[in-house]
Amino acid sequence: MNIEIVAFAILATIGIASAILLVLQKNPVYSALLLILHFMALAGLYLLLNAQFIAVLQILVYAGAIMVLFVFVIMLLNLQNEQALVDNFNIRKIVSFILGVVLFLQFAVFFLVKAKNDIDIKKSPDSIDAGSIQNIGEALFTTYLIPFEIASFLLLVAIIGSIFLAKRKIE
Amino acid sequence: MVVLIPLAKIAIAISILLFIVTYLVYFERKISAWIQDRIGPNRVGPYGLLQSPADVLKLFFKEDIVPSAATKFVHSLAPVISLTVAMSTYAVIPFGPDIEIFGQKVRLIVADVDVGILFILAFASIGVYGLTLSGWASNNKYSLLGGLRSSAQMISYELSMGISVVGVLILAGSLRIYDIINSQQGWMWNAFIQPIGFITFVVAAFAETNRLPFDLPEAEPELVGGYHTEYSSLKFAMFFLAEYANMIIASCLITTLYLGGWHLPFIDSATLSYGLMPLISVMIFVAKVLFLLFFFIWVRWSIPRFRYDQLMNLGWKVMLPLSLLNLMWVALLVYFFKI
Repeated sequence: MNIEIVAFAILATIGIASAILLVLQKNPVYSALLLILHFMALAGLYLLLNAQFIAVLQILVYAGAIMVLFVFVIMLLNLQNEQALVDNFNIRKIVSFILGVVLFLQFAVFFLVKAKNDIDIKKSPDSIDAGSIQNIGEALFTTYLIPFEIASFLLLVAIIGSIFLAKRKIE
Repeated sequence: MVVLIPLAKIAIAISILLFIVTYLVYFERKISAWIQDRIGPNRVGPYGLLQSPADVLKLFFKEDIVPSAATKFVHSLAPVISLTVAMSTYAVIPFGPDIEIFGQKVRLIVADVDVGILFILAFASIGVYGLTLSGWASNNKYSLLGGLRSSAQMISYELSMGISVVGVLILAGSLRIYDIINSQQGWMWNAFIQPIGFITFVVAAFAETNRLPFDLPEAEPELVGGYHTEYSSLKFAMFFLAEYANMIIASCLITTLYLGGWHLPFIDSATLSYGLMPLISVMIFVAKVLFLLFFFIWVRWSIPRFRYDQLMNLGWKVMLPLSLLNLMWVALLVYFFKI
C-alpha cells in the first residue's frame, strides 16, 4: 500500500464524516468545531497535493481567523440547541429534493463515466512545484494580476459596506 | 536511521521544553520577588530550587473538578488543544546551524518546511480555540467573558503580527526560517533595519501569549481567573504549561526573525575551529532567548494591565498603521538600496 493513498483515505474519511456530522449536529458550537476539523482535513489533502502554501493558508485564514469569529458570535449570542423543523412537506421542499438528487446524479455521471479515464493522471515533475509559494506569487502578480486586484478591491468595498451598515444601526 | 534522527530530535526538543518551563516558573517567582523587594521561594531545596517540581507533583495529586453544568467533552478538550498547539510549533524552530554527528549532517530543527514561518502563525491562530472553548464549556460567566476577550484580542493582534512579519520576509526573500536567519549576518539584524516592525512584533507577541499588560482573558481582579476559573489539577497545569511554552516560542521567534538567530556581529567574522562554531552558535541563540524570557517577566511585573477599550484602540488604531508603515519602509529600502 502506498502511504499517500493511506493518508488520503484517512483524511478523506475525516473530511466527509465531519461534514456530515456538521449538518446533523443540533448544538451550533459543535457544528463550528466540526467545520474546523473539516478544514484541517482539507488542509491535509492540500499537503498531499504538494500545495504547502495553500494548506497553511487554509488553516491560517479559515480555521484560524474566520472560524474564530464564527465561534465568537455563536458564544456571544448564546444560541440554544436548534429546534426540529416541524413544517410539513410543501412544494418548495419537494422541488429542492428533486434538484438535489439531479445534481448528485450529474456529479456521479461525471466522475464515474465521463472523467473515468482522466482520474489516474500521473504526476508530472512540474506539478510538484506548482503549489510552491514562488509559483503562486508569480502567477498572482503576472497572469492573474487583474482578477487578483479586482478581488482585493471587492473585499475593500465589502469592508466599507459592513462598517457603514454597523454604524447606521447605532445612530 | 532515517526515522531515528527525527524521533530523537522530537524527544530532545520536548524534554528541553518541559525542563525550561519548570524552571521558568521558578525564575518568574524569583524575579518578581526581586522586583518587589521580597525573597521569593526559598524553602524547598537549596535556594528554593525544588519548588517547581514540588508544585508539579502537587498538581498531579489534586482532585480534578468538572462543574456539573459544564459541557464535559469540550471542557476536557480545550486544555489539550492549548498544549498540543503550543508544543507543535517547536517543530519548525531551529536552534543552531547544521552539525555533524557520526559523519551525518544533522539540522538542529525537527521539521525544516518551506513555509516555516507561516506554519507557526497558522498554529498560533489555532491556539486561541483552547482559551475560547474553555471559556464556553465551563458554563460560567467569568470564563465566558475571558474566552470572548481572548478571541477578540487574538484576531486584533494577529493582523499586525502578520504584517510585521511580511517586512522580514521581503528582506529574506524566503519563508524558510534558515534563510531568514542567514539573511541577518553581521550587523544586518532586522531589529536595526526595521525598528518599527520589531516593536510592533514584540508588542503583538505579548498580546498573543496573553502576558501582562495583555492578560485580559484571565484578568484576576475582574474575572476571578478568566477562562481557567473552572479548571483544576492537571487540566489547569496544561493551560499553565501552554502559557509558558508559548512564551518560549515567542522568544525564539523574536530571536530568529529580528535578533539574528545565532549570529553575533564579531563572532561571525572570527575564525574558529570547525567543531567549536556550532556550540558557540547554539549558546548565542539560547542566550538571546533567555534574555527575552527575562524581558517577558520583567515587563509583567512592571506594567499594569490595559483596559479592554485601550487594548482594542491600541491594536487597531496604533499597531496596524505602524506595521503597515514598517512594510512601506522595508519596501522602499529594498527598492532604492537593493539590500
